Amino acid sequence: MSLAARHLEANGIATVVCGSARDIVEQAGVPRFLFTDFPLGNPMGKPYDIAMQQAITALAIDLFESVTCPRTTVQAPFTWGDDAWRADYMRVDESNLQALRRAGERRRARQARARHEGRVRSS
Amino acid sequence: MSQQEPTPADAAYRVFVSYIDKSRIFYQAQGYERPYRWAYNADSPFTPPAKPLGESRLGLVTTALSLDVADDVDVATLPVESAYAAPLDPTPQRLYTMNRSWDKKATHTNDLDSFFPIHRLQELVAAGRLGSISPRFYGIPTEYSQRTTREVDAPQILEYLRHDGVDVALLVPL
Repeated sequence: MSLAARHLEANGIATVVCGSARDIVEQAGVPRFLFTDFPLGNPMGKPYDIAMQQAITALAIDLFESVTCPRTTVQAPFTWGDDAWRADYMRVDESNLQALRRAGERRRARQARARHEGRVRSS
Repeated sequence: MSQQEPTPADAAYRVFVSYIDKSRIFYQAQGYERPYRWAYNADSPFTPPAKPLGESRLGLVTTALSLDVADDVDVATLPVESAYAAPLDPTPQRLYTMNRSWDKKATHTNDLDSFFPIHRLQELVAAGRLGSISPRFYGIPTEYSQRTTREVDAPQILEYLRHDGVDVALLVPL
């Protein structure tokens, strides 16, 4: 998505990226980035929290006018509450190593099957 | 401590999550030997908006799919992905997100506006803050190949936006 923002911007369309994967977006380099420090999935606010969604969307829109140089990151002023998700997501430890290895094998088999059946992009 | 009390982040470490680090370690544990090389650019293009926001048409770009299928659908039955444009009238009731990497344990995507803020944007148009919203929204695949994103998907999205007279774009990856 960051690469698409760069392409649009280079072709005259101003962009704002809203996301929660701060390192991925910042490393790709985008003009305007609104970072929401939430678990991946709800960068525009918690589900059903309309006031928070309004605040984050308004903040995102403001960046079109307020940002004067590229690679500007603004962080939305909200916290998720519980921080357990930070360690839980994609957790790798002794307890799940074998399960992860098996999941990887299943994933590679699925990918090979998709390639074999032509269910992959040609480009 | 009750379960509702927030766990404090440990400020002896970087508090925000590095998904580059997490995914490298995770896929290595899954047996993938070559780590993914994420896009890295030292600079960024920059275009100021051509018009005041109150006169601008905004295009909303998502990584979710415009498919009305059940969350537990067999992903092998889904069509091969490509960039797409889909009408916003009527406003979609839901978008398919289950084939994307987001935190399915900590949260959910049942509320469209938590990742596709169409109603929140419509409110900003009604308030005069934004000129209008494009009649279509746009989807871009989360593509392993950065070359495909750069040379196929991003140009396709640009073509859609130009066709629809979009002035500014809001891009919200899941």
